[in-house]
Amino acid sequence: MTEIISLPVIIGILTSATRLATPYLFASIGESIGQSSGVVNLGVDGIMLISAYAAFFVVLNTGSLGLGLLAAILVGLLMGLLMSFISVTLKAEQGISGIGLYMFGLGLSSLLFKTTIGTVKTVSGFPVVKIPLLGDIPVIGEIFFRHNMLVYAAFLLVPLAWWFMEKTTWGLKIKSVGQNPAAADSLGVNVNVVRYASVCIGSMLAGVAGASLSIALLNLFQDNLTAGMGFIAVALVYFGGWKPLGILGGAMLFSTVNAFQLWMQVLGVAIPSDIAVMLPYLLTIAALAVAVNRGRQPAALNKPFERGEN
Amino acid sequence: MSTGNRVQAVPAQRKPLFDWKELAYKGLAPVAGMVVALLIGAVMLLFLDVNPFTAYGSMISGSFGSVSGLTQTLVKATPLLLVGLGICIAFRASVINIGGEGQIIVGALMGTWFPLTFRDWPGFLLIPATLIMGFAAGAVWGFIPGILKAKLKVNEILSTVMMNAIALQLMNLLLRSVLMDQAGIDAGTYLAQSERLPEQVWLARLVPQTLLHSGAIVAVVLAVLVYIFLWRTTVGYCIRAVGLNPDASRFAGINVPFYQALSLTLAGGFAGIAGTIEVIGVQHRLLEGITSGYGFSGIVAALFGGLHPLGTIPASVLFGALLVGGDKMQRAVQVPNSLIDAILGLVVLFVVGSALWQKRMLARRQAELARANEVKA
Repeated sequence: MTEIISLPVIIGILTSATRLATPYLFASIGESIGQSSGVVNLGVDGIMLISAYAAFFVVLNTGSLGLGLLAAILVGLLMGLLMSFISVTLKAEQGISGIGLYMFGLGLSSLLFKTTIGTVKTVSGFPVVKIPLLGDIPVIGEIFFRHNMLVYAAFLLVPLAWWFMEKTTWGLKIKSVGQNPAAADSLGVNVNVVRYASVCIGSMLAGVAGASLSIALLNLFQDNLTAGMGFIAVALVYFGGWKPLGILGGAMLFSTVNAFQLWMQVLGVAIPSDIAVMLPYLLTIAALAVAVNRGRQPAALNKPFERGEN
Repeated sequence: MSTGNRVQAVPAQRKPLFDWKELAYKGLAPVAGMVVALLIGAVMLLFLDVNPFTAYGSMISGSFGSVSGLTQTLVKATPLLLVGLGICIAFRASVINIGGEGQIIVGALMGTWFPLTFRDWPGFLLIPATLIMGFAAGAVWGFIPGILKAKLKVNEILSTVMMNAIALQLMNLLLRSVLMDQAGIDAGTYLAQSERLPEQVWLARLVPQTLLHSGAIVAVVLAVLVYIFLWRTTVGYCIRAVGLNPDASRFAGINVPFYQALSLTLAGGFAGIAGTIEVIGVQHRLLEGITSGYGFSGIVAALFGGLHPLGTIPASVLFGALLVGGDKMQRAVQVPNSLIDAILGLVVLFVVGSALWQKRMLARRQAELARANEVKA
């Protein structure tokens, strides 16, 4: 057992964890912005799937990574508009409409994949870019500074999202709408427009998360590529207390456990693979149970807003 | 009768047992939603160079056009109805149970393990016992997120989704080890399926040469029982009250977390029975893919049926037809039945999206009734 827990293995696990955290960071931070305005979007997994497909399809046929990323963002935006329309304008039950969006994204991505691509193919996704000086530091450099652009972007998103939510007027508006929409409305903030915008920001980031899977990390697309990742990303929002830093912690914890179990399987350590795969999900439930004490939920979460009715 | 000033008290509304207009409004939204979803599906078919009429035609003839098709539709409708009944209970308590898949799996696991362990019991004992144990297994799988919600306020949507993943891994683990068919091991095929269940636990076939089994009757009976439970018992009343207004219920002395946990437990139980019935009625063994997505499509069926146990019956038949039709369509025009999954998602979106419209229509109807009663008085 001690030969297994050696430095190269630890470095390997942490490097994998950094990579694996990428889609969770994008999707979860995006979802936290939407939830901060009071809208729960459970369709994240479906958005990730259809955006992953879009990015993959574009890169497969044009070779342009930039266009692929753009396609994913656009698809994410469209799905976000649909979700906003159903949840904000039509005031539907948000949890259920999110599941409907998930089913739609899952079905549509599967349909399009089977009819336009058919078999599992690979593409050359975002290449690894070693950061000049930082990448040469002995242990840390290998773990953090030798990844593709989307990984770096995901980690940069953390301070960016923090700055956006805490230090800008928009962030303030979003949070006020999520805490007390009636008060915000009385001050002239257009609650529904703010909610539309934040849900769409969230869904576009979920789109990038999907793209990170199909054209950066895995460089392939197959049926149900995400296998529930989107739901875990939503859970991470609760765990992280709706704050980017908390979400970073949760994402790293989750992906480290994930990387650990993957590496253990590769190294042939005798844990049955089915139990190993269960670990991240068990961890998420435990995290949710603990999360109650971390951070306060936006007071108006999951409550549609109607002027005069509250 | 006094003349002169009449104090206009709010008249007691005598609602007829079946208010046809109200039912029409309630039924219109889902049906319209289905039609729009199918239209969008038709557009998608056109994109794929497929004639929508041919595709939908093959769906209808496939699911209704023959005895084989019709019985397959009813076979698929059974688990949809059972899961849907659980969803009716849970959603009425405003508890969103997405754990159907996992609950079906543990019900199926119990429905496999129990008959194989007690294979000497006679049929009339083994079948009810297995069904009850299947319900219990699913109930446990629903209870866990239920108690987490009640005690720790854990969001039940997330916890039930996690439980799904855990149940799936559990089934994979067991199917490849202790539950694997000995015959498969001996023959060297190592198929991920269990041993064939003892014959006395197999549910009776209603129509010979088809898969239609007595579980369908069990499901309909349970639907009626759930209706009675929700609308004619105190517990059911509390569950509905908690769903409609948790704050008012709390002030009225109803233990809200208890009823939320209870509804999740019951929902899990019904999904568990669905899994058990699939194993003892249809497959006669446990194999991968036993859930066939019923955990999700059951939700759609319940929503479509207005979250009413009796409305879920026709809704399940309709969606059973959709699922069977999807398979036939795949064979007929080579369109993957993922199209059906996408359409189901759209139906969910449209049904919940129309809730606002429905509320306004029903409010108008209430006002109409109030005015009518005023005139009478």
